[in-house]
Parts: sequence; C-alpha cells; structure tokens
Amino acid sequence: MEWNFLAVMRDFDLLMLGLVNTLKITGLALFFGIPIGLMLALSRLSTWRIPSGIAAFIIEIFRTTPPLVQLFWFFFALPILVDIRMTPTIAAVVTFSIQSSAFFAEIFRGGILSIDKGQWEGAKAIGMTYPQSLRRIILPQAIKRMIPAFMERSIELLKTTTLVSTVAYADLMFQANEVAQKTFRPLEVYTIVALIYFVLIFSVSQLSIVIERHLAKSGEGTVH
Amino acid sequence: MGHAWDFATIFQNWFALWAGLKGTVFIFLITVFLGLSGGLIVGILRYAPSRWVNLAARAFVEVFRNTPVLVQIIWFYYAFPILTGIETDPFLAAVLGISLNTMAFSAEIYRAGIQSIDLGQWDAGKAIGMTYNQTLRRIILPVAIKQVLPALTNRGIEVFKMSTLASVVGYVETLNQAKLIADLNFNPIEAYTGVAIIFFVVLYPVVQGTYVLERILRRGDQ
Amino acid sequence: MSEIIRIENMHKSYGDLEVLKGINMSVGSNETVVLLGSSGSGKSTLLRCVNFMEEPTVGKVYLNGDLLGSERDGAMQYKDTELCRLRSRIGMVFQHFNLFPHKTVMENVMEGQIIVLGRDKAEAESKAMLQLIRVGLAEKALEYPSRLSGGQKQRVAIARALAMDPEVMLFDEVTSALDPELVGEVLKTMRQLAEEGMTMICVTHELGFAYHVANRVLFLNDGAILEEGLPQDILKLPKTKRMREFMEGHSLFKLPD
Repeated sequence: MEWNFLAVMRDFDLLMLGLVNTLKITGLALFFGIPIGLMLALSRLSTWRIPSGIAAFIIEIFRTTPPLVQLFWFFFALPILVDIRMTPTIAAVVTFSIQSSAFFAEIFRGGILSIDKGQWEGAKAIGMTYPQSLRRIILPQAIKRMIPAFMERSIELLKTTTLVSTVAYADLMFQANEVAQKTFRPLEVYTIVALIYFVLIFSVSQLSIVIERHLAKSGEGTVH
Repeated sequence: MGHAWDFATIFQNWFALWAGLKGTVFIFLITVFLGLSGGLIVGILRYAPSRWVNLAARAFVEVFRNTPVLVQIIWFYYAFPILTGIETDPFLAAVLGISLNTMAFSAEIYRAGIQSIDLGQWDAGKAIGMTYNQTLRRIILPVAIKQVLPALTNRGIEVFKMSTLASVVGYVETLNQAKLIADLNFNPIEAYTGVAIIFFVVLYPVVQGTYVLERILRRGDQ
Repeated sequence: MSEIIRIENMHKSYGDLEVLKGINMSVGSNETVVLLGSSGSGKSTLLRCVNFMEEPTVGKVYLNGDLLGSERDGAMQYKDTELCRLRSRIGMVFQHFNLFPHKTVMENVMEGQIIVLGRDKAEAESKAMLQLIRVGLAEKALEYPSRLSGGQKQRVAIARALAMDPEVMLFDEVTSALDPELVGEVLKTMRQLAEEGMTMICVTHELGFAYHVANRVLFLNDGAILEEGLPQDILKLPKTKRMREFMEGHSLFKLPD
C-alpha cells in the first residue's frame, strides 16, 4: 500500500468547491438561525402562554431529534405537505437554520435571564418600555456573556453541515465522496479532507479561545 | 394541509422498523459504553503529570473533536481498511467513529471535573501516604464524576442522536429502515415524522431527567 | 401647597398574602415624607406601588390631581403606555443602584432623557451635566460605574432620576447597602434636594435623616399606617406600643445625648 497524494491534488479544486459550499451553508444557517433563535427566546420568555408554549415546543423538538432525521424530513417529507420545489440547498439551509436556532434560543434565553433583575428595574423606573429595556440595557450586557456559547455552537454547526452530503448537496464531504470514487483513492482523499476540516475547525476553535480570554480580561463583573 | 395522513403502512411494516430500533439501541449501548469509559481513561491521561502522555492525549482529543463525526465514520469505512488491511463493515466503522469521537469529548468533560476538585484534596491523600493513582481513584474521581454527570448525560444523548449517522455507511438502524419504508410505500411524511416522534419520545424524558439530576446535585452541594 | 400624590384605599396582595391593607396617603408639593417600619411592614411595597413598579390589587392613585388608569367593572385597569409615561414623571432610586454597567456615568444619566423623553443628544448632555454637578460628581462623567464607590454610584443614580425632571422622587432604602462612611454623602445630597423643594417619599432606616429633614413621618406596621405626624412628635413620643418597640430597637446603640 503506497500513498499517492498526486491523484487527489489534481482534483483539489473540486474539494475547494466543496469547502466553499460548506462555509456557505454554515454562513446561511447562522444568518437565519441567530435572529430566529432570538425570536424563539423572546417568545419563550414571554408571559403569554401560547407563544411561550409554541416556542418551547419548537426548541425541544429541534434539540431532541437527530439533525439527520430533520434533514430527511425537510428534504423528503415537506415537499409533499407543502407544494414547493425542494432542492438540496433549500433543505440544507432550512434544516440547519431552524436546528441551530433552537440551540441559539437557549443561549439567548440563558443570557437574558442571567442579567440581574435590578437592571430591568432601573430601566423600568425611568419609564422604558419592555422592548426599549431589552434593546438598550439587557441585550447589550447579555450578548457579551453569550459569545463563548455562540462560538461553540457555531463550530458544532460547521461540523453538523457534513450531513448535507447525504442529500447530495455539494459540500466538502460530498465532494470527498465524489473525488474518492473518481480517483479510487479513498485513503488519500478522506485523509486530506479530514485534514482540511481539522485545520478549519481547529483554527476557529483556537480563535474563539483567544476571544474568550480577551472578554474575560475586559472585566465581566456584575456591576451595579 | 390537504394530505391524508396514513400511519397504517408504518405499522404494517413494524417488523422492519423494529429491526431498525434494535440496531439503534445496540450501537448506542456499545458506543456510549466505549466512549464514556474510554473517555475516562483519556481524561485521566490528559491530567497526567507526565508531559508526553499529556501531549499524546491532547493530540487524540484535538483530532477527534475538531473533525466532524461523519468524516470519521466514513474514514474508518473507506480509508482505514486500505491503511491497515482490516476490513471494516458498517457496524465496525460506525462504532469506531462514534466511540472515538465520544471518547475525545468525554475526556474533556472528565478532565474539567478532575480539575475542578480543590487541590487540597490531593494534599490530603498525599499526606496520609497515598500514591497519585490511589488518591485519584479513591478520593478525586468519585467526586469529580458525580459533578460531571449532567454533562456526561448530555453527551450520552448526543451519542444516541449520532446513531443515525451509521445509516450513511449502511448500518441497519431506525432512520434507514424508515427510509426503506418511505421509499417502498411512498409515505415519507409518516415515515420520517414517525422516526422523529420515536427519537423525541425516547430522548425527551432523558433530557428532563438531566435537569432533575442537575438540581439534585446542586442541592447536595449546599 | 398642591397635592402631588394621593393614594386611596390601596391594597396589595401576592396570592393569599396581603401586604398592604387599605393605605390612604397624601403627599403635597415640596413635602419630604419618610416611611418607617420593620421588614414585612409593607413600606417598600407601598413605595413601589406609587410608580407602579408593582401594581396595586385595589385602590386609586392620583398624580398631580390626575387619576391614573381607568375604572372598569369596579376594578382599575392600567395601560402599559400610561404606566411608562407615569414612570418618566416619577424618579426612583434603588437600594442596589441598578446603574447600567455598560454605559458611562454620563451615558447613564442621558439614557432616559434620549430614549424615553425624546430629547436630542446635546440637550440631554447638558442637562445630565447639570445634575451631575448638582450631586457633586461632574468629574466622574466619563467613568464607568464599576470604578465608583457605593456612595458615588448612588449619587449617580440620583442624578439619573433627576435628569428626567420628575415631579416626585422615590427613595427605596438607598443607604442600606452602603458602607457606613459612605452613607453621609448620599444623605447630604438628599437633604440638599429636600431643601431645594423636591417632593420626596423615602423608605429609610436613617432616623436622624427622618428627624432633621422630613416634614412628615409615617410608621407602617403589618400593611397599615399605624402612626403619622411630625417627626419631632412621632419619633420622640411614639403613641403605640409597636412603634415604641421599633424606636427602642433602633436607638439601642445611640450615643448618649
């Protein structure tokens, strides 16, 4: 058995295309997932039972069921229920936007609840409405605390997007399969792809550790 | 909604689904056992005073935490046999991928638990003449493991969800049995909704149980 | 002297627990009223009902002659927008300051003016400066609250409330969380405000402040006003047994006259 990386290198551009698509899906999922997560969190926190209940339901379903099941459901089942033309891209973006939003919702909720009640009181006492208090006083303080959890979840999302290869979305994993079949060199292909993922994810992880350390230094004390 | 829900065909194919469920539970039990116990060993190695052992464990953890588990499973299925000459069937590939992945994640959980134990406990063991290993085993670990039980339970839940990935390399578990049923009976909605319900019904109580566990542990500390 | 705050038959219950049992209270302009009582007497709850930080279960509240809320089926109903506007007309200072840690002192004092009152930035800034000078903290304007002492934080909190040009100021045990040597500077600021004519309602344990600065003292016990009158009368000659016990408990370690 000899290693032959040259065969793989010739199709490196295919792998790079896959990488770009992986980043695209992750980016889109974050782009939609974070605001949806905030909305879910605010619904969950609201005192009205119906929005709170619906949000809790969505959050629990998407956190408790496996992402692959969710992806298959959106790709195979949804088009029958709702008359839309389903593509791998749509299924991928929809699945991972909602899936990540459920996790982001819990991060938002935890962050908002962690802010001292006195801050709500201070804002209320000068006549601020609930949305004003949330936007100007609570969220700015909460966001700083939530950044580590956000980064961790985003990295998880990056890893989870490999699932889109199962519905033929041309991400890095899918391209790896294609190139491996094409070159008959699965060992080299999959090892290189694993390496690419590793370098990507490890770098982002290290970056997030640096950011966390920087945040901790800038004083995250609960001051009144 | 305009669609006639038809769960009857699902129930008619219960035999296929049952085979899938057995597959899911089986691979779950194996991977969670290997993952959490192997992880304990790696976690202890991560905390070891020897620099090389520490580094080797760290390398293992970083490799398996920073690559997606699906990549690992597929690597073990296609690449590993070429490298080592050992044939990996879907089951073995999935077990290797998921267990090693879980070992890496749980190693960090155990390490954090050990690290959170007050250093005075180590001193106390040392002072009565215990060796490092004795102190670790008899004084540190019992407390550390108890403290990280919620995190370990969460990891267990993740492992259960990961079992669906084994379907990608063809292992017979719930999801691909559902796909089989869906493809044969043209009822993907019922099939996949059914699978989602099964996973939810199994995992939701466990998730709630974890919260209860956390609360009990917190109260015990006071 | 016009009546700034009028409270009629206020009751407040939390579930089965009734904390306020029929309070009638009137505060005139320029008056400084002190609410005394042991914990559980309802004095903080009463104060917090004035600006509807808590909503009374029963009772009517008038601000400057205007009845708040609308009556429907025998019960009072309040709209959120009305309550927000009300709170912008009443200033409140808290025991734990509740300053916004992610904003500078100046920004803290400007925040309500810009967001709630709609003043433009320049006007808010100059008014904020005015209040900071008034409480003696102009030089700390660009600092963050974490860099201030407790007494300084509390004075900033007072400035933040004053910047809204309130018709009445509410003080909720504002010195209880301070180190003893920092209490003085806050009480001094409050006395200054009273002398400048601000209408004030204070919940406090500082009997010296009550004696020397208050126009009227109300002693609450078990959700009702037990005694009411001039500080000189009430504090020196308590009429009820309960208040006598209260005074004794507070004067045990006073320096001999």
